[in-house]
Amino acid sequence: MNIHTKVLGEGVVVLRLEGKLNMVSAPHLREEVHSSVTAGNTHVAIDLSGVDFIDSSGLGALINGLKATRQAGGDLRIAAPTEQVKMVLELTNIDRVLKTYGDAETAFSG
Amino acid sequence: MNRNFLIRVFVLITFALGTNYIIWRWLFSLNWTNWWIAVPLVLAETYNFIDVLFFGFTIWRADPAHAVHAPREGLTVDVFITTYNEPIDLVIATAKAAKRIRYPHLTWILDDGAREEMRLAAEALGVGYIKRGENWRNQPLHAKAGNLNNALMATSGEFLLILDADQVPYPEILDHTLNYFDDPKVALVQTPQWFGNVTPYDPLGSQAPLFYGPIQQGKNAWNAAFFCGSNAVLRREALMQLGVSRYAAELEIAVMQALKSADRILAHAMRTTAANDLEVQKTLKTLGDAIAQTRAAIAGGQTIAEATYALQRRISEVSKEMVSAHLSVMAEDLAAIKAIHTETDENWDVILDVEKTTDLLASREFSPLGACEAMATLLRSLDVDRPGEAQPLMPLATVSVTEDMATSMRLHSMGWKSVYHHEILAVGLAPEDLSSMMKQRLRWAQGTMQVMLRENPLVQRGLTTAQKIMYFATMWSYLSGFAAVVYFVAPVVYLCFGVLPVKAFSTTYFYHFIPFMIANQLLFLVVSKGISTWRGQQYSLALFPIWLKAVSSAVRNVYFHHPLAFVVTPKTGHGVRNEWRLIKYQIGVAIVLVIAATIGILRLVRGLNEPVGTFVNIAWVIWDLGLMSILIPALRYRGHQSRENLTK
Repeated sequence: MNIHTKVLGEGVVVLRLEGKLNMVSAPHLREEVHSSVTAGNTHVAIDLSGVDFIDSSGLGALINGLKATRQAGGDLRIAAPTEQVKMVLELTNIDRVLKTYGDAETAFSG
Repeated sequence: MNRNFLIRVFVLITFALGTNYIIWRWLFSLNWTNWWIAVPLVLAETYNFIDVLFFGFTIWRADPAHAVHAPREGLTVDVFITTYNEPIDLVIATAKAAKRIRYPHLTWILDDGAREEMRLAAEALGVGYIKRGENWRNQPLHAKAGNLNNALMATSGEFLLILDADQVPYPEILDHTLNYFDDPKVALVQTPQWFGNVTPYDPLGSQAPLFYGPIQQGKNAWNAAFFCGSNAVLRREALMQLGVSRYAAELEIAVMQALKSADRILAHAMRTTAANDLEVQKTLKTLGDAIAQTRAAIAGGQTIAEATYALQRRISEVSKEMVSAHLSVMAEDLAAIKAIHTETDENWDVILDVEKTTDLLASREFSPLGACEAMATLLRSLDVDRPGEAQPLMPLATVSVTEDMATSMRLHSMGWKSVYHHEILAVGLAPEDLSSMMKQRLRWAQGTMQVMLRENPLVQRGLTTAQKIMYFATMWSYLSGFAAVVYFVAPVVYLCFGVLPVKAFSTTYFYHFIPFMIANQLLFLVVSKGISTWRGQQYSLALFPIWLKAVSSAVRNVYFHHPLAFVVTPKTGHGVRNEWRLIKYQIGVAIVLVIAATIGILRLVRGLNEPVGTFVNIAWVIWDLGLMSILIPALRYRGHQSRENLTK
C-alpha cells in the first residue's frame, strides 16, 4: 500500500491510500497518522478511493487513528470508500461510528 | 461394532434409567415430613442427572476424522509466548523450542512483567520482545487478555500460535494445525494441554484426559470446541473482526448510557440551583439542549463520531465560559472528579465505569457549576477514542479472567468455526503443589462463572442450539459445590438423628437407583476407553469449597463490582510444609462424617435406626471419604523431580 500525504493547512491533512489496507499495511497507516498528529496536523482525512481491499486490521488502524487524533483535539474522517470497503464497514457496524464523506479534501470544510 | 453406535446405546440406556429414577424420586419417594433435607437432596440428584445428560449430548456425535495434510506455503505466523513472572530460564527454554518450529514464523515473548533481563535474554536468543507501552499506564491491564491484545497491535502475522510460558512446543505444531485454516471460516485450532512434570499417579489431577479427549472431540463435532488459552492457533482476521465489531457495538451503548447519566446529573443540578442565579440556569439549559440534540442526532442516524464531535465542541465552549466565570467555585469539585477517574481495577469496563462514576457523582454534594463540569467530564470520557482503555480494540474478551472461553464463544456467535486437533504438540508444566493447583482451579471456576453471569450462552444470538448447550454444560458443571454440601448433610442427619430424606430405603429404592448408577459408570468407562476418570470425580467433590467460593465471588464481582483477585499460578514448586489449613473445610467434613458413622452404628445397636438405612448411609459416607481421600497425597505432593520427559 502507498500513502500520499497532502497538507491542506490549518491543521488539516489528507492521506490518500492506494492498494490493500490489511494486516500487512495497517501498521504503516498507523505510523503515518501518528506522525501527522505529531507534526500538528490533527485533522486527518483519509481518502479511501484507491483502496481495493480492507480487512479488520485495516479498520483497526482507522479506529486507532481516530483515537490518536481525538486525543490531540482533532478528528479523523474517511472519504470515498470503494464497494468492498463499504461492505466491510457495514458488516462490522463501523458505519455506525464513522461517517463517510464524499471527498477527502472537503471533509473538514463547512 | 461401531464405537459411536455403542456410545449412543449407552447414552440412551443411561438417559432412560436416569429419567425413570428421577421421576420416581420426585413423584413417589419424597419424605415430605423432612422436606428441608428431602427437597435439597432431590434437587442435587436432579442437578447431577442433568450433568450426565449434558455429557451424553456432548459425546453423542463422533468426531469427524480430519485429513491432516501439509499446510500451504507462504502463510505468515506469529508465535506468542505469554509470561508474567515465570523464571527467565523457563521462558527461554520455551522460546528456543518455538524457534525450532518448522513452519516459517516469527517468535515473540510477551512479557507482562516488563523485565529488563527478559528483554536482554530475548534479544540474545534473537526472538521478538513485546511489553505494554505507555498507553497502558493507569489503564486497566486485563491480565493475559490485555497482554495478547497489546501484542496483536504490534505484529502482523495472519495466524497466531499462543503458548503459555511453560508450554514447550514440538517442531511440527504448525505443520499439523495450519491446514485446517484452508477452510476460510475456521478461526481457531486448539490442541491438548499435556503436562510433562506429572507422575502417572497424578495426585493433583493435572492431566485432563477426559476434557482433552472425548469432551473436546465431542464439542468439536458440534462446532463448539473451546479455546483454552494456550497451545492454540488463531486467525488474526477473526480476532480483529471481533474487536472491531465489539468496539462499534459497545461504543454506541456507552454513549447512550453517558447521555442518560448526564441527564440525571443535570436534573440534580437544576433542583439545587437558586432561581435567581440566571447565569448558571442559562449554562444548565445550554448543556441540556446539547444532550438532547446529540441523542436526537444519533437516533436520526447520525454516526457516533459526528454526534460526539459536535457535542465535544459545544461542551468545551460552555466549559471555557464556566471556567473563566467561576474558577474558584469549582476547584474542589474538579479535584474530586479527577480522583474518580484515576481509579482502575482489574475488571474494569466501559459500561461498568459509567455507573460507578455516576453513582459517585450523585452521592457527592456538588455545586450546580460543579455538576456542569462533572457532566462535561463524563461526556468527554465517552468520546469515540475510549480513553478508559489503553487501546480502542480489545479482540480478546476482557469480561472474564478466563478470556479464552469468552473469546471462543464470541467467535462462534459471529459464525466462525473452531477445531479441536487431538494430538499432543506441546508439553507443559503443571502446578507442583496443592496450593498452586487450588488457585488455578479457583481462577478457572471464577472465570467460567463470570462468563455465565455476564454473557449467558443460552441467550447469545448467533450461537446454534448445540453450541449454547456446549458452553452452558461447562458452566453447569461448576455448580457442583452446592450438590456436594447436600451429599454431606444427608447421610449425617440420617445417621445422627434418623431423619430420612426418602420414604424408605426399601427394595423399590434400589430397583430405581442401582441400574441408573451402573449405567452411568459404564457410560464413563466406554467413553473414556479405560483412561482414568476417577481423579476427576474425586476433585469434583473434594474441591467443593473452591467451587462455592468461585460462584459467590463471581456473583459479588458481576453484580456488586467487587474486585476478583487474579492469581497467576506459580509454575515451580514452593516447598511450603504443613498446608493443612488449605483443606480445613474438607477435614472438618471428614471428621463430622466419621463421627456420624459411629453414632449411626450405636443407634443401630440400640434399635433406633434401621439396618438397611444405616448400611446405605455408611456406604455413602465411605464413598464421600474415598473421594476426598485424594487430598492427603495431594497435600504431601512436592512435585515430580524428573523433567527429562519434557523435551522430545
